[in-house]
Amino acid sequence: MNKLTIEAGKTERQYWRDLWKYRELFYFLAWRDLLVRYKQTVVGVGWSLIRPLLTMTVLTIVFSIFGKLPSGGAPYPLMVFCGMLPWQFFSTALTECGNSLVGNSNLISKVYFPRLVVPASSVIVSLVDFLISSSFLLILLVWYRYTPPANIVFLPLFVILAFGAAFGVGLWTAALMVEYRDFRFIVPFFVQFGTYISPVGFFSGKGGIVPEKYWLLYSVNPIVGIIDGFRWSVLGGRYSLYWPAQAMAVGWVLLLISTGIWYFRRTERTFADVI
Amino acid sequence: MSETVINVENLSKRYVIGHQRAPTEGIRHVIESALHAPFKWFRSRREVKKQEKEEFWALKDVSFKVERGEVVGLIGRNGAGKSTILKLLSRITEPTTGSIYMEGRMASLLEVGTGFHPELTGRENIFLNGAILGMPKEEIVRKFDEIVAFSEIEKFLDTPVKRYSSGMYVRLAFSVAAHLDPDILIVDEVLAVGDASFQSKCMAKMQEARSQARTVLFVSHNLKAVESFCSRGIVLEKGRVTFNGPVKEALQHYAASLKIECPPAFADVIDLSNSVRRPGKYQPQLKRLRLLDSNGNPFPGTVSAGSGLKAVIEVELLKPSQQVDAELAFFTPTGERVCTAHSAYEPDRNTGLLSGRQIFTCDIPQLPLVPGEYNLHVGLDVALCEIDCVHDVARITVTSADYYGTGVMPSQGTFLLKNRWKINEAVATETKRS
Repeated sequence: MNKLTIEAGKTERQYWRDLWKYRELFYFLAWRDLLVRYKQTVVGVGWSLIRPLLTMTVLTIVFSIFGKLPSGGAPYPLMVFCGMLPWQFFSTALTECGNSLVGNSNLISKVYFPRLVVPASSVIVSLVDFLISSSFLLILLVWYRYTPPANIVFLPLFVILAFGAAFGVGLWTAALMVEYRDFRFIVPFFVQFGTYISPVGFFSGKGGIVPEKYWLLYSVNPIVGIIDGFRWSVLGGRYSLYWPAQAMAVGWVLLLISTGIWYFRRTERTFADVI
Repeated sequence: MSETVINVENLSKRYVIGHQRAPTEGIRHVIESALHAPFKWFRSRREVKKQEKEEFWALKDVSFKVERGEVVGLIGRNGAGKSTILKLLSRITEPTTGSIYMEGRMASLLEVGTGFHPELTGRENIFLNGAILGMPKEEIVRKFDEIVAFSEIEKFLDTPVKRYSSGMYVRLAFSVAAHLDPDILIVDEVLAVGDASFQSKCMAKMQEARSQARTVLFVSHNLKAVESFCSRGIVLEKGRVTFNGPVKEALQHYAASLKIECPPAFADVIDLSNSVRRPGKYQPQLKRLRLLDSNGNPFPGTVSAGSGLKAVIEVELLKPSQQVDAELAFFTPTGERVCTAHSAYEPDRNTGLLSGRQIFTCDIPQLPLVPGEYNLHVGLDVALCEIDCVHDVARITVTSADYYGTGVMPSQGTFLLKNRWKINEAVATETKRS
């Protein structure tokens, strides 16, 4: 028999147990979002291939053909694609995660479940999208007859980092958005801003366009470390790792996730009243 | 076998009114004032919170116990705190103080079809909704056929629910909910859905829950349903429990409390702008209600059965809107709606853009109500969505009158029906003659 005691301000202990109990809901919400994502579209899942393909083309034309930026050794489209994959994953995950609570407000005001389930499942959806887009990377590698180096085994680490960064920022925005809908406008702007400031259409590090004396400053952006890591593991040693950037990324992710969970938990109890 | 499965102790819930609307809460203001004078801002944050926000105790020191197998009805007027109790019990919000102890698997139905996704098919929604209501997947799989059979929508199982008629939608939603079998079931007015035959099906399902010794907590404005279904009643008034006992007595207590407290001293002009009978979520836009008799004189508070009544509702719209409608409804003292006069029923009304002050005049040439007391309720809709309302603004008395011209005074039921009778006379002859 499950016994339950609800007391003012004392739900912490049950929370993590509940989170485990509600894991099925987590799968179902992710499943729902995946099902719904491409319903009533003609191209369907194809969109998660078309979108990165088109962006890659545009970035290559602008930065390589017009801008004449160095490619760092690998074919330019391939180099761009390796930066775009984690960036698009991060940005869509962040956007979806940030909107997830408000988007599910009917659930939140009518049923109980640990609210962390909602943003977590929304990030999973973006992860699946990311995996689908990744298949295009394989096609590109074959097309350019480019053999990935042994570094590729480290790729999952950087995926986890990107996932963590998106989830951490996403938790903050999701919780803040419940009270301040302003974030609905801030997030897209932030994402657009990030596309230019992060090394998506160009590469940073040795031989890149960012002057060496600014490397440390440039690496404050955790996405720099993540994208660099992606290129390093897929395209190999020509794209050197800049360790401070990696450290910074790991540090940011840990900080964002821990504070994100803390803030989320702190505001969660009032979600149903405010949303 | 008496075993306490729900024990609520000193439960209170405080809400802060105007939390989102207060101009100090927009992020722009927060940033602006923080930039202007950072130190002052930090110091003032707390004080501002205290001063400009009104506290509202939706529940105050509520305690009660529920034994296993009991069916308990929560009764009270709008805003008495019934829904808040259910929300606390189902853990949607946290109590401000106090504690709740519960034993057994609990399921709450505050709404049917929570989490239904319009793009998904009926089949997919059964799984999703089941998971949201806390059913494990294998249980849903096991009960799937039963759920589908109950809902009577087999044919449309693979159609997205956005293409369902509203009746089908509700049936499917309720069927999922009805197949949860929790130890404790918390239900909020969800029975007020579907057509009559489906409603009786729902009631039967609820009775079944009762016969299986499930514990049920039930909120409804349908006092008949409460009476037939519950064994015990808890009456709430302004967030406090005022009665807790057998359902018959609870209903009597409730009716009595309405009589004493409900209608304000009668006046023909009633100021609505600061009425306390407005649900907290609305900003006052209804300003004044003026009642006149059929000759246009101030309404004396009583009207004889079948005579007329005029009402003038004054409104101040906060923002320009289209399709603005006003509503005047009649309720019995126990809170059952008798009838509604709605400006949306007026075929050639102005549905265009209105802004600022409006006056809605309602002319009821005949009020065919059985003698007795009726409470008036006014509401304001924009595009058929309620944006303001005030409950129980006034109580009027309908007095006996010779409505049928026979000297026989009607007294049963609520409505006076125009009707003609023939005795020992064939209907066919009548049609031929006319």
